[in-house]
Amino acid sequence: MELTGAQAILECLKKEGVHTIFGYPGGAVLPLYDALYYEKEIKHILVRHEQGAAHAADGFARATGQVGVCVATSGPGATNLVTGIATAYMDSIPIVAITGQVAMPLLGRDSFQEADITGITIPITKHNYLIKDEKDIPRIFKEAFYIARTGRPGPVLIDIPKDIQFKKLNFKYPEKIDIPSYKPKYEGHPKQIAAAAKAIQASKRPVIYSGGGVISSGASKELTELAIKCNIPVTTTLLGKGGFPETHKLSLGMPGMHGTVYANYSIQECDLLIAIGARFDDRVTGHIEKFAPKAKHIHIDIDPAEIGKNVKIDIPIVGDVKTVLKALIEKVPSKDDHAPWLAQVEEWKNKYPLSYKKTDEIKPEYVVEQIYEATKGEAIITTEVGQNQMWASQYYRFTKPRTMISSGGLGTMGYGMPAAIGAQVGCPDKIVFDIAGDGSIQMNIQELTTAVNNKLPIKIAVLDNAYLGMVRQWQELLHGKRYSSVDLEANPDLVKIAEAYGAKGIRVTKIEEVRPAIEESLAIKDRPTLIDFKVAREENVFPFVPAGQAINEMLVD
Amino acid sequence: MKHTISVLVENKPGVLARVAGLFSRRGYNIESLAVGMTEDETISRMTIVASGDDLVLEQITKQLYKLIDVIKVFDIPKDVAVERELMLIKVSCNEKTRPEIIEIVDIFRGRIVDVSEGAVTIEMTGEESKVAGIEKLLKKFGIKELVRTGKIALQRGSNE
Repeated sequence: MELTGAQAILECLKKEGVHTIFGYPGGAVLPLYDALYYEKEIKHILVRHEQGAAHAADGFARATGQVGVCVATSGPGATNLVTGIATAYMDSIPIVAITGQVAMPLLGRDSFQEADITGITIPITKHNYLIKDEKDIPRIFKEAFYIARTGRPGPVLIDIPKDIQFKKLNFKYPEKIDIPSYKPKYEGHPKQIAAAAKAIQASKRPVIYSGGGVISSGASKELTELAIKCNIPVTTTLLGKGGFPETHKLSLGMPGMHGTVYANYSIQECDLLIAIGARFDDRVTGHIEKFAPKAKHIHIDIDPAEIGKNVKIDIPIVGDVKTVLKALIEKVPSKDDHAPWLAQVEEWKNKYPLSYKKTDEIKPEYVVEQIYEATKGEAIITTEVGQNQMWASQYYRFTKPRTMISSGGLGTMGYGMPAAIGAQVGCPDKIVFDIAGDGSIQMNIQELTTAVNNKLPIKIAVLDNAYLGMVRQWQELLHGKRYSSVDLEANPDLVKIAEAYGAKGIRVTKIEEVRPAIEESLAIKDRPTLIDFKVAREENVFPFVPAGQAINEMLVD
Repeated sequence: MKHTISVLVENKPGVLARVAGLFSRRGYNIESLAVGMTEDETISRMTIVASGDDLVLEQITKQLYKLIDVIKVFDIPKDVAVERELMLIKVSCNEKTRPEIIEIVDIFRGRIVDVSEGAVTIEMTGEESKVAGIEKLLKKFGIKELVRTGKIALQRGSNE
């Protein structure tokens, strides 16, 4: 069938099962938006800033497991996607970003709204393309989606000059993929799996350190099975949350800088560390040479480059987490002979629980606890970045995969609300809560319009301390209380802002108003709600391991 | 430690930028880099001389493989490598110094490819040490210009 390049793009999206895209029009994507005008099967969600489109596509991908798609025009449209693409790249999230480019004859001449977006995004995409021949559109889209979602997932960008979108081609979507240089390996090596099984059997003090790979590979069932079969305590990283139920007695919560004391102690004392789909990030390991010093290391990861990148690994297994765990569960006999170890872990749990001091102010931790209770732990939580993110991860207990959506690697402020929009679009029947800070929420506040326009009932809980809280905390503890440029007392009235956008705004200044406000927001189904919780201004996130220290050298209050 | 890494890549625009960018952003040092088409016109070979210990080399290799356009990466061990570099060097000369320059070029089995009144241009092919050796000897005559291709290498034997 003969189509224009623009029509072909939409046809490719449909072939890939895409029904929703997030974007913002502009000169270089006019042909594409013209084709969208007639399109019935693809819903376009108009954001108010391209960064919002990238984060929404990312949130959609994290919540659904499908590839998220965002669209922007050339030049500034494309560069506005950059933070969102980098966010997805750092957390291995499959998105396809489509950008318009100036017409071919104008390329390379510093034309109006020209930016070398493929050059710019080389370091933050898994791969990218500049389409110079309309006949390549079907093949390149097929490859892009395949590359984005297979192996270690990641963002792929496709840049399409405007004239290519107008040109006609005979459209045929390829059935097969042929990229000789890209063949991800899914099966783990049987010898390595046998060695891992043996090490697990021999260990007296094992700990599982599970990360985002468990979520992206859909392996939470297998992880849970392995942990229970062998009685191994499990720590889940920020990105791994929901991969193992945090309500289970074997759960240790999150490790690392703001991890639980018992997770960090367990890692430091274990004799076998089983890293599963995790990458030994510095926020987890603290001082790398002092991390898990007594342990033999098993590392299961689909990306060979992660093995040995930060830490020396004794038993590497390259492969898909789910496939490898299935094989490992078969190989390893059930085991319950490390009762002393579990007793020790239990003792740490009892001795050093997560806690905060209750006062007559609203404590942010309390707000998160109340959100957890009111939503019965069933909500999808997105976060911004900073203290709000850490309190959300400490006090909301995640039991299911794809329910914790947070910018872990890049740590992007302004991520949470657009990500919540993407998650709500992908999961219309779920409750989606963005746990935010008063600093972060203002970085993409314009997306409230997007949520209102699309009747998305997302909830935004602003833990409002009128500070850039995490920076203030570091300044308090590590820079002699010199609060440099962190005071946000000049904040606008967030409730009025919400109302101005057409959302529901609620202000909470008393402890007894916290729960009713949350309940009120849960009853609103046709528009977003922003709750401005005026919380204790100088509350700190504890435990806290200052950067560069061993993870058991933590400040607890 | 120096390594000679041979990288087969898809012969597509932008591949060099992807590879070079990877080295710079991950902090690996490139000493030289030479690129050209192979017997298959869809494939190019990059010969990269990089320094680093075994761990660094392992990471370089793995990170290169993550680039979609990279087909094959191999470290060519020194003892089985055929390595060559080409240098063109323009040296000042006059009637008095010309015989001595010609003699040096002969000893090194180089070639004089251009002669003019005040200079000769010499083509020198060989292993790194040989190329460096002639450069050292010619220095005293005054080097006007010099260009090197960077090392290229293949593994000895039939590769089977």
